[in-house]
Amino acid sequence: MSIKLEHVNYIYSPGTAYEKQALTDICLEFPDGQFAGIIGHTGSGKSTLIQHLNGLVRATSGTVYYNGEDIYREDYPMKDLRSRVGLVFQYPEYQLFEVDVFSDVCFGPKNLGLPKEEVEKRAYHALQQVGLKEKYFKKSPFELSGGQKRRAAIAGILAMQPEVLILDEPTAGLDPKGRDDILDQIQLLHREQGITVVLVSHSMEDIARYVERIVVMDKGRVRFNDRPEKVFEHYRELEQIGLAAPQVTYVMQALRERGMDVDIHAATVEGAAASIRSYFGNFEKRREG
Amino acid sequence: MIRDITIGQYYPADSVIHRLDPRTKLVGTLAFILSLFLFRSYAAYLVATVFLAGVIRASKVPFKFMVRGMKAIVFLLLITVVFNMFLTPGEPLVRIWKLTVTREGLELAIFMAIRLTYLIIGSSVMTLTTTPNQLTDGMEKGLRPLNKLHVPVHEMAMIMSIALRFIPILLEETDKIMKAQMARGADFESGGVIKKAKSMVPLLVPLFISAFRRANDLAMAMEARGYHGGEGRTKMKPLHYQKRDRAAYLTLVVYLLAMYGAKRIAGF
Repeated sequence: MSIKLEHVNYIYSPGTAYEKQALTDICLEFPDGQFAGIIGHTGSGKSTLIQHLNGLVRATSGTVYYNGEDIYREDYPMKDLRSRVGLVFQYPEYQLFEVDVFSDVCFGPKNLGLPKEEVEKRAYHALQQVGLKEKYFKKSPFELSGGQKRRAAIAGILAMQPEVLILDEPTAGLDPKGRDDILDQIQLLHREQGITVVLVSHSMEDIARYVERIVVMDKGRVRFNDRPEKVFEHYRELEQIGLAAPQVTYVMQALRERGMDVDIHAATVEGAAASIRSYFGNFEKRREG
Repeated sequence: MIRDITIGQYYPADSVIHRLDPRTKLVGTLAFILSLFLFRSYAAYLVATVFLAGVIRASKVPFKFMVRGMKAIVFLLLITVVFNMFLTPGEPLVRIWKLTVTREGLELAIFMAIRLTYLIIGSSVMTLTTTPNQLTDGMEKGLRPLNKLHVPVHEMAMIMSIALRFIPILLEETDKIMKAQMARGADFESGGVIKKAKSMVPLLVPLFISAFRRANDLAMAMEARGYHGGEGRTKMKPLHYQKRDRAAYLTLVVYLLAMYGAKRIAGF
């Protein structure tokens, strides 16, 4: 049970002067229940990559499997796939169109052909999941603040109750509080419902805090694909492709170079603090003993 | 999917035709189209064919791009040809059921087909070798004398270049919104006319909102940079005729004379 890409290539506008190879020989697997992150510089192909995962973009060559089935097969139920692999686009609030927030969230489940009560139940549940208060349900989407609109749009996807949730830069353009709120909510969803999450971002800080695995994209290729701490070991290579490890990685590396025995794999501020504290704890102990 | 539309698409290449002053190309295209209608004879069309082939060759744009524009008018072309063939009175040639093909009709149909095809290819050469910005610049400068008659030439050119600039942006936006709604299970293809029209709402509402937002931002950005209309505005790349433009005009005159001569002397 997973999404699997095998030797996927994608070429934009083939046969014209604007031809461009966006993805080159991508082989990846997203197993069930994983919280994965995709990171890469602007134009590295991350947005194109995720559009392959629910069949919105068809690979020029290569195969995509969902739960072991080839999604390019002639009679594959594409619409069904799109409801099971929910994709939240960048700036999703620009796709809101209904007269009020609640009806907009209903759009997805309604397209699945569910009965009215079920549609409304799902919409209600989804809006609660993203933490949008009930007083906003009947408001026009355009009366909401940026962060609230973003939540409403994410609820629009959640209402379809996907098995996999893919989010393309869900925190772009939000203030730090809005960013943390949304990411915390997504993590809660992942923990409580066990859905697979793929988070696309260009901020290592965001990614490091939440994900179990990082896929680093560069110029349409997969550069690294490993656990965060393993990927951050390559911080010099990351810098070369216009990315950087989280700031704590640099602090810990510097401390290690000065001879302090701290955990260089700490990816969050909290983890780093704990490691430094324990180092000093041991230090004290040794001195006393 | 939507990217494949090629209205007035620019084909970047480094050729003499690309480097010509846009005014030269505008005048040239206009003269070429007029010549197609003024000199109606086989000999003249032969001259036009040679001229057009030469220009296409010099432009370094692959021929298939020129033909791509033809797809849109194939239907129109077919109707024109059929109507001209059957409905022109004259000396009957073939009789199919109640319809008669006349010699005059057949001739007219052939001429019409050639004219329309060359007209489209000729203007494609211009749009494929000239960026929309160059084109509006050329129009603005070429039509400047009309300013004296209080025609707002600069404003019209500005409106046109902004409109042209927005076509790819809005197409991309349409593509994006379409995909986003498809990810929510929207279906833009199946169903009857009414269902199809209804399914456009989730696409059109966000598109309109985005177009207004962009227009608003653009107006603000233009004002922030001190835009106040055409009065006293200078150009970063002012248009000046070069030697090659003079050569091009000369070629054009030779072509027109040849057309005239072909019709007069050959007489068929």
